[in-house]
Amino acid sequence: MWKFFHKLASPPHFYQFAGKIVPWFAVIAIACIGYGGYAGLFVAPVDYQQGDAFRIIYVHVPASYLSMMAYSIMAISAGIGLIWRIKLSHAVAAAAAPLGAWFTFLALATGSIWGKPMWGTWWEWGDPRLTSELLLLFLYIGYMALRASIDDIAKADKASAVLALVGVVNVPIIHFSVEWWSSLHQGPTLVREGGPAMAPDMLYPLLAMILGFTFLFGALLLGRVRTEVLYREYRARWVRELLLGDGGTT
Amino acid sequence: MTDTRPLVPSLWSGFVGIVRRDILLAWKRPGDVLNPLFFFAMVSALFPLALGPSSEQLGSIGPGVIWVAALLAALLSLNSLFVSDFEDGSLDQLLLSPQPLTVLALGKAIGHWMVSGLPLVVISPLVAISFHMPDQSIKVMAVTLFFGTLSLSLLGSIGAALTVGLHRGTALLSLLILPLAMPVLIFGARTVSLSTSDDAVSAGVYFLAAYCMLALTLAPFATAAALRISNE
Amino acid sequence: MNFLLSGHDLCLFRGDKCLFNSLEFALNPGQLLIVEGSNGSGKTSLLRGIAGLLEFEQGEIHWEGNLLHGHYQAFRADLAWFAHKVGFKDDLNLLENLRFEQSLHSFDEGSVMAVLARLGLDLLTELPLRSLSAGQQRRVALARMLLSKGWVWMMDEPFTNLDGAGRSLVDAVLSEHLANGGSAIVATHQPLEIVGDVKRVSLS
Repeated sequence: MWKFFHKLASPPHFYQFAGKIVPWFAVIAIACIGYGGYAGLFVAPVDYQQGDAFRIIYVHVPASYLSMMAYSIMAISAGIGLIWRIKLSHAVAAAAAPLGAWFTFLALATGSIWGKPMWGTWWEWGDPRLTSELLLLFLYIGYMALRASIDDIAKADKASAVLALVGVVNVPIIHFSVEWWSSLHQGPTLVREGGPAMAPDMLYPLLAMILGFTFLFGALLLGRVRTEVLYREYRARWVRELLLGDGGTT
Repeated sequence: MTDTRPLVPSLWSGFVGIVRRDILLAWKRPGDVLNPLFFFAMVSALFPLALGPSSEQLGSIGPGVIWVAALLAALLSLNSLFVSDFEDGSLDQLLLSPQPLTVLALGKAIGHWMVSGLPLVVISPLVAISFHMPDQSIKVMAVTLFFGTLSLSLLGSIGAALTVGLHRGTALLSLLILPLAMPVLIFGARTVSLSTSDDAVSAGVYFLAAYCMLALTLAPFATAAALRISNE
Repeated sequence: MNFLLSGHDLCLFRGDKCLFNSLEFALNPGQLLIVEGSNGSGKTSLLRGIAGLLEFEQGEIHWEGNLLHGHYQAFRADLAWFAHKVGFKDDLNLLENLRFEQSLHSFDEGSVMAVLARLGLDLLTELPLRSLSAGQQRRVALARMLLSKGWVWMMDEPFTNLDGAGRSLVDAVLSEHLANGGSAIVATHQPLEIVGDVKRVSLS
């Protein structure tokens, strides 16, 4: 088992392994999102309080859950890369960042769109989740900006890893601060995300969407990592063989 | 040869040495200390000028405005925290000293705070008075700024260490630090607002103190790691 | 065989370019290692790598029988570094700078004025460092070497900005250090007139 992971840390092996997995992830993602989307839009009953507007939950919740999971993956792999000096780990972190940022943006956009019928405004500073999502977006942008401003890849890897680790400590603190702040602010009610009392007809599509988005993220991430690996290892013989087709493996 | 081992100074000797050196440097260049302070005062003054002098409005926006101005002033002074050390080779010497870099990094952050944050805490009552804030608020403001500016110096030293030597480091520093500084801003400003309406402030102050302790214990490690990486 | 300081199979990249590969060196007390090479060949990077400011792509460095990685703190107590940048603050004067140096590496305060006199700096102690010429500033850096009790000296292009008298001073100080049992690694592209046990490493 351990040998499997050890082998996986080598870029050419990872490249091949990931290449085989991506299509599977994509298929599962399409299936889950297909079911979840259809069921969420057409099958789930209308919410007695919010009407049809609640259906945006089927995109908003998976997106915000993934935005945070992506950050954790980014921080953990950056940390592994920094401590154990595994280059592939740094590639994973670099690949995860833009994906996480886009999911965060999606969460913010859907949150804002959901807010319009709820609060009457496109943005509500009083909502703790929306505000902490915004700050998470800034954390992502800061990470990507730091990477972009350092030319040497190894140095950029290490510096951004430090930043990601510092950020990951702050994410729960940011979330707590914003929640405390909004609980004092006599503002509008929080967006209801549906708790354990959610009807099964509403819940199953949501779970399917969450699963589907996760596999979508996985497929996209592995695809991006493959590209990162090619970019970073362009000097290596296996890359040349692969791209120029000198009897190499696919 | 191994009989006369070089004596390594005590653990805190480097810390004290750096704090003393940076304060001495600030003494020789008063502009470095005064400019951020003037900036703080001026930014605070912009709001009543732009929004009009209505007293209740001033009282209610005062805490937020003063806190934002303090944050911006801190960002301004953090830019140059490691730049001169990087350029004249002092940073190499710090990295090569037998003193743990974490302790030296802590020294840089504390030195910076004593030269930029503390003076700001001292003049904050003047600015608070100009916003017609009640007396108890002024005290709370000073306490929250005390912990807040210390946290900012510590967090900011991480950002400054990550961006030292980069060409377009200035704006990047702000981008990196602002999300991390949000909890400090939120709790600081909100706690002072609560004090104007006579609500309990101890929770907020405790949070700021706790956050400050967290920064005090963890930030120097991140700063030291960032300095080694940036100096390569 | 245990050397004081030795490097094995060292390899360093700068960006994509490989500066050197499978580099070996070994140093004992009283020996001088001269690192030769043209500009840009990696002399500075090699020195910085040995000191621990840079990471080698691969290879190991041993110090006093131990792997250096993980024992840097003790090594640095023994290290004195002299490079192009002086490493002192322009705004402070000599004594203030040395006082700070004292907090990092302890040295004998009584010997400070004697060392400064030897280097011709004893009358310049009240001036901020920015008022001194480049050559004088290099001598201040030399003072650091003399005052430190480090046994391993690492010097990167020690002769830049020094006139003839300055260069003889460096030669004399270095010879003394080696005669006392210290060792040194010097990167230079100029000839060094040192009598003693000299090894060379060439980076092309």
